[in-house]
Amino acid sequence: MKFSKSLLVGAALLALTPVAQAADTLNVLTWCDHEDPALLEPFEQANGVKINFKDIDSTAAILAVLGQSKPGDWDVLVLDQTDTGRLVGMKLLEPLEAKDFPFGDIPAEIADPKLSSVGGTLYTIPEKFGYNTVAYNKAAVDPKAMTDINAIWDPKFKGRVAMYDYYVPMIEYVAIALGKTPEALTEADLPAIKDKLIALKANSSMIGDVTTVQQALASGAADILVGGGEWVTAGIVADNPNLDYVIPAQGGVRWQQALAVFAESKQKDLAKKFVQYIVSPEAQGKLATSSCYWGMPANSKAVLTDAQKAILRWSDQPGYIKTSHPYLQMTPEFDKALQAMWAEVLQAK
Amino acid sequence: MVTSNEARAASKARLAGFGFTLPAVAWILVFFGAPLAVMVIYSLLPLTADGSPPHLSFKAYGDFFGQPAYVQAIWNSVVTTAIVVAISVFLAYPFAYVLAYKVPKRWQRFALACAILPFWTSYVVRSYAWLLVLAPTGAINWILINLHLIERPITLAYNPNATVLGFVHFFIMLNALTIYANLVQINPRYVLAAQDLGASAWRSFLAVTLPLSVPGIAVGAFLTVVLCIGDFITPQILGGNKELLLPQVIMMQIQRQLDLPMASVMSLVLTVIVAVVYLLVQKPMRSARL
Repeated sequence: MKFSKSLLVGAALLALTPVAQAADTLNVLTWCDHEDPALLEPFEQANGVKINFKDIDSTAAILAVLGQSKPGDWDVLVLDQTDTGRLVGMKLLEPLEAKDFPFGDIPAEIADPKLSSVGGTLYTIPEKFGYNTVAYNKAAVDPKAMTDINAIWDPKFKGRVAMYDYYVPMIEYVAIALGKTPEALTEADLPAIKDKLIALKANSSMIGDVTTVQQALASGAADILVGGGEWVTAGIVADNPNLDYVIPAQGGVRWQQALAVFAESKQKDLAKKFVQYIVSPEAQGKLATSSCYWGMPANSKAVLTDAQKAILRWSDQPGYIKTSHPYLQMTPEFDKALQAMWAEVLQAK
Repeated sequence: MVTSNEARAASKARLAGFGFTLPAVAWILVFFGAPLAVMVIYSLLPLTADGSPPHLSFKAYGDFFGQPAYVQAIWNSVVTTAIVVAISVFLAYPFAYVLAYKVPKRWQRFALACAILPFWTSYVVRSYAWLLVLAPTGAINWILINLHLIERPITLAYNPNATVLGFVHFFIMLNALTIYANLVQINPRYVLAAQDLGASAWRSFLAVTLPLSVPGIAVGAFLTVVLCIGDFITPQILGGNKELLLPQVIMMQIQRQLDLPMASVMSLVLTVIVAVVYLLVQKPMRSARL
């Protein structure tokens, strides 16, 4: 028995998304870091278009919006690059040509085709990355101690640790602490990871979303944030210079976001032009230092001041990239298994 | 003997009655019946591994009830809600009683308005405000440390107790309003009659006022159940994810995988719980004749 998915999703979510249909409008599904006027206005003025953006925060949100929209309503999307294969499998993305983008200026690990391509065809362009590692308050914690990934289980930090509530990087990070290679994880590895996560939970005071953990670290409610990184500390370091992050000697997890063009877009040339603009050096500097959150620009020629580069740990990046692992490329079944295990961790007494 | 005119009038009255109820029935069908039907359908169409169109099955139900962490969320939600209802009613009753019987009539509205005033702020803002009070760097720990009663901050926020506190702060007033509305309708002569017959003030309260105020308690308790068991914001902000309630598990299904079938199963479980509670309290809600 088949049902129209769009009809059911639309009915379930109730809210209808107004989409600007004018020919001089580019419709973009984007995360909050692409919404600064300083980033969008140069493109709008140069091309005589208006960017109509809708704020989304996950690939699931993209799918929910598409479920309420007509084919072709949206032109460009920002996505967690690990979901490239999932969206290509749903035939949502337009193939792109590598020669149209500055791959020569993007570090090889960030430009890794395993993250951006499916079956040898390029679909997503990396634009920004950062780390899920350990962020901390230098005034309360010895920075040297934080270079050991196992420090977060130390009983002396009991009640001073916050955990980021996103199971993918957290499971990966704990796998690294257990000496496992994240890319090689299977269901057989999950029991050991679950036990280690439950032990970490016992040492922590809270587990929260982006806003909650950032507030906890900034307010002193927590001294250590597992899963944190520059996206937590860089934007507020001017107010609290004691906030910092580090990738432990054993390694960390690297998040990476990308841009893509919808296969159903009716303005593919303009959409591609927008992607090219976002990965240009000028736009990359603005994206990296967005008012929503900071992160490393994919383009190594991004226009940034020395002070901004210092906050982003520009000179440490080659080493950080080498010791960090990208988000897992998962089948939907493995993803569900990880999510169920995370629920068990959260329910553990 | 019923004449044909009387029969026609009765039939017309029935038709008019149906006409008057039609907007309410239509409203319920469109905004409750239809979404509920969509949820039921969705719960029977589990996601497929390869994204192919789903077929009718109970797989999502099996996946939900087969995962102990998800079933645990039902229990957590029920227990948390029961505790919130009990504390809210227990604290709201004396407040409503004093308001109804001890505060002069001319001040009652003003007192009610003052009591409700804090609730003009956003629900989310109020939850974050509690965080500022309960956090390790919050007001309570600051006071205790400065009074040298503790050396290090104690854990008040980010646990199930903080969630209960946030809920109770909100629902105590809701219960006070429903109980107050009930108490002011009770005929004071019943209490006077009991006392004329020799009952003490406490005895007349237990034998007369309390039984007659059960509908107000039941309505407040039911509304608390409905609002509390489906709430995501308060446990998410104050609970620190130390244990999951069912609405949080529902959001987990949506946020990463947009697994609407699984989310629908869980939402239907919530709906069933609320329906069972309604069946349990519908009699007390109607029982008293004032």
